[in-house]
Amino acid sequence: MNTSLASFQDAFVDALYDRHSTGMTALIEQPGFMVYRNTVLKGSVDALLANFPTVERLVSTEWLRAAATLHARQAPPTDSRLLHYGAELPDFLDAFEHAREMPYLGDVARLDLLWTHVHCAEDEPDVDPSELAKLPPQDLARSRLTPKAACRWAWFPDNPAYTLWRFNREGRDMPAELDWRGEGALLTRKQGKVFWQAASAADCRFLDACAAHLPLEQAAERALEVQPDLDFSELITRLFSADAFASVSIP
Amino acid sequence: MKTVFQMGAGLGLKPNHYSDALDCAAEGLWFEVHPENYMVEGGPRLAWLEAIGSQHPLSLHGVSLSLAADCPPDENHLKRFKALVDRVQPALISEHLAWSAWRGRYHPDLLPFPRTVEALQRIASNIQRTQDALGRSIAIENPTHYLSLPGHEFSEIEFLTELSIRTGCGLLLDINNVHISAHNLGFDASKYLDAFPAKAITEIHLAGHTVDPGDTQLLIDTHDAPIADDVWLLYRRVIDRIGRRPTLIERDDNIPGFDVLLAERDRAQRLLNIGSRRVSEVTI
Repeated sequence: MNTSLASFQDAFVDALYDRHSTGMTALIEQPGFMVYRNTVLKGSVDALLANFPTVERLVSTEWLRAAATLHARQAPPTDSRLLHYGAELPDFLDAFEHAREMPYLGDVARLDLLWTHVHCAEDEPDVDPSELAKLPPQDLARSRLTPKAACRWAWFPDNPAYTLWRFNREGRDMPAELDWRGEGALLTRKQGKVFWQAASAADCRFLDACAAHLPLEQAAERALEVQPDLDFSELITRLFSADAFASVSIP
Repeated sequence: MKTVFQMGAGLGLKPNHYSDALDCAAEGLWFEVHPENYMVEGGPRLAWLEAIGSQHPLSLHGVSLSLAADCPPDENHLKRFKALVDRVQPALISEHLAWSAWRGRYHPDLLPFPRTVEALQRIASNIQRTQDALGRSIAIENPTHYLSLPGHEFSEIEFLTELSIRTGCGLLLDINNVHISAHNLGFDASKYLDAFPAKAITEIHLAGHTVDPGDTQLLIDTHDAPIADDVWLLYRRVIDRIGRRPTLIERDDNIPGFDVLLAERDRAQRLLNIGSRRVSEVTI
């Protein structure tokens, strides 16, 4: 065996993942080597199950464990903070042959990822909506609303991913009939808990514009492009009451 | 900050037990967490840890610094570790004599290596870097072994002792790991424990294990069961020799209710409380 530490570690990792490995025969032949193989894989798979509880409920533990095992072999963790592991799982599920009958599964996984982002995001003070209300019109138009780090949103044009996610996340039975159309979701944090609500395409477009630091007037125009009959003050009230914003600023 | 002198028997902190942990006033109680699970920007996890840390001593027990990898520890990981240390002011900090992160991948386990002079120099340097970055001394834990590895130039005790001398690090003696390794590799656990350098031990770990469900007869460090009687006997032997040390009951799978874990912890606390009386002569 090559006794250089780096060479040993290269060969050990190759052997862990069943790749051709130099000089490891004496180790691989011992039953104890399988303990390392199993533990490494179990650590990754367990993390994926912990990070995607809604997908798990939707497809069963057994199904997700099998899919997660394949994914973990293809894309082992790169970050030792395993609560961030699985960023690539939604794309994997989109392309996964055995998920072809569930084209919404990747989007449901994306919502689980958003939940974790919101859960772990930095703490920021709330903004009083009256700060916006008391601005003179010319300042209001050029003011900028900055979404909180603990505010995440997504629009899913192809399927009712939010309804599927919400019913499973809340442990409820699925409705007998689903309205098969695009849906959006807004996730925020209040008093240390993650909250979710439906978001319209206009909500999502508006928040995208806010996150891109566009002034309020332009952000509102973006939202109106996707929903011409938008009640803008209702949108603002709804987002403020969800604690979506960290600050109102005038450049 | 709660000090090490108040630390008797502690428990691994589990999210399901946050509320019970905060309220529990058991003598000597402290809590240990894996820092990796709390390296987040904010939110309820950190808030709970800070709240519990205001009531009980805390220990940060890292699992992924990969000190035995042939490269320096990840600078970003060290920065996050330091931020957490500053935030929760733990009484104890520890890591493992093992590697897990290598060439940009993280392999969630504690992997073995040949204990060579080269490895000793690398690991001593990595421990020193870690201690410099954290501004604190850390303790290093003896890992579980499943393989007969050729190429060792030191026994594990020689290696750990040398690391302690070179870096000033403490040692975390995991008695369950010794029991498992002794069984798997065929050495005498009692002799190992009797030779372990007492003065360097800053913390003890106790945990449960299982027999490999296959036909290998190996013991596996699963942390999913109560502590085995054999391990309790070895624990009594150790504290009879070295005296009182902060002792952690580890449980990471099949996690029972808080009261069940607390009862298991109380057994260790009673042994620690015996103090100057010879532990081996007391029936618990």
